[in-house]
Amino acid sequence: MSLEEIIKDTKAYYCLGCGVCTSSCPVARVIPSFSPRLLVEKALFGFGDEIISDKDLWSCLICGRCASRCPSGVDYLNFVREMRMEALSKGKEGLLAHDGILNTIMELQSLNLKQDRNFWITDDLEVADAGEYFYFVGCLPYFDLVFGEGGLCDVGIRSIERARNTVRILNKIGIKPVVSNNERCCGHDLLWNGDLEGFKRLAELNLKTIKESGAKKVICVCPEGYVTLKRDYPRFLGEQDIEVIQLCQILADELREGKLKFLENASVDYKKVTFHDPCSLGRIAEIYEEPREIISSIPGIELVEMERNRVDAVCCGTSGWVNCSGCSKKIQTERLKEAEETGADALITACPKCEIHLNCAKYNADLKIRIKDITDLVAESLA
Amino acid sequence: MNKGFEPNIVGFACNWCSYAGADLAGTSRIKYPPNIKIIRVMCTGRVTPAFILKSFQNGADGVLVAGCHPGDCHYIAGNLKCEKIMDVVKRLVGILGIGKERLRLEWVSASEGGRFADVVTEFTEQVRELGPLSGKSQG
Repeated sequence: MSLEEIIKDTKAYYCLGCGVCTSSCPVARVIPSFSPRLLVEKALFGFGDEIISDKDLWSCLICGRCASRCPSGVDYLNFVREMRMEALSKGKEGLLAHDGILNTIMELQSLNLKQDRNFWITDDLEVADAGEYFYFVGCLPYFDLVFGEGGLCDVGIRSIERARNTVRILNKIGIKPVVSNNERCCGHDLLWNGDLEGFKRLAELNLKTIKESGAKKVICVCPEGYVTLKRDYPRFLGEQDIEVIQLCQILADELREGKLKFLENASVDYKKVTFHDPCSLGRIAEIYEEPREIISSIPGIELVEMERNRVDAVCCGTSGWVNCSGCSKKIQTERLKEAEETGADALITACPKCEIHLNCAKYNADLKIRIKDITDLVAESLA
Repeated sequence: MNKGFEPNIVGFACNWCSYAGADLAGTSRIKYPPNIKIIRVMCTGRVTPAFILKSFQNGADGVLVAGCHPGDCHYIAGNLKCEKIMDVVKRLVGILGIGKERLRLEWVSASEGGRFADVVTEFTEQVRELGPLSGKSQG
């Protein structure tokens, strides 16, 4: 893609140079040299090569705060994505976190290997090989090995419990989901790190797996998986005959119909909690109220808001396993402090990556607040 | 059995024991299959999960990591650190579908030239039986 095409595609030419993007950017607050406005201005003045060689290109979190506030509607996220595609084609890439293992794990999944990813399914969980609903597990089995107890980068969490709890919840509301061993990584990180071809390979394999199961509805819990399947698969691979649903949407519907019942003394551990909007679930998918409805309907829990919530929420500090730095840590500890200041016992999130990143930051800081995933909270509170 | 298939094996050998063991096998003129490509590292503790996954991604059919016997590590406990990491990496390659049998950790001392040749011969035959890592481009 040429610089002109990128500018045209993302409507960068509408940029007024007002700087709302840079003043909204969580990275720019920590690294003064990082500026979304400057990147767009450089493109408009024809300094594409300079952007491509700039390491800061990989510091963007794709959190969408700039794009949500831009008065001219510049598609900043795709501007960064397409610039990264260009950079990648010139052999430049960001500094991969965790030695690049997560990126390699994603790439390896596009090979024709027979995975063994369903090791977590226990006898009490009802799953099927074919059916109406497909539960897209995503990276949870891999996260569990890398970030779980005794894992390679142990941050003391059990990602795979999320998958078990999801199936438990679905079983309770009468859904026996399809869980496939042939499922792959959704490709979100490859796409946003500029590897469009790698993304397409994974997406095609996933669509084939979903279609073979006969499922018409795909349930995602990971917000990144949700936006990728819902928005990016049709965008890059054509319209698909599947409906993509986020678990919070199903749960909120069940709740409104009175079908979801919680234990009376559901929450003893958490009296007061606050909700951290993951970027993909909030600003990108615009699912703000469903998780809040669910949390506040659990008996004994009071939901309080952080100052920066909903569309103004801040990112968990790093994205796509690239350029995790002191800047990321600062964003994360500030977010955790903000949560503590509300007086909450726990920060509730809905994204496995937010959970990993915030737990990692907590390890290095003297912070008391607990971090809990909404799916785990619901599963533990169900009657 | 895959006739005519020559596996690609990447070997990470520590400078103080196993690389010297490989050297001894060479100077003693002990034969072992030429399928292994040895990469010298200062200690097996230097071998990260990324080394192993990248090897498989870039066309290895098997990966051998060889270091000092427990207690002999030049850096006291680098080999034990490696052993701990390898347990997790083995599970990881298992889930990925590469297969645990394609990854092996062995202890070979500087005096064990014969043992080095035996380990390499046996591992090469094992990977030959397993066949090429499916899905990777051949050639």
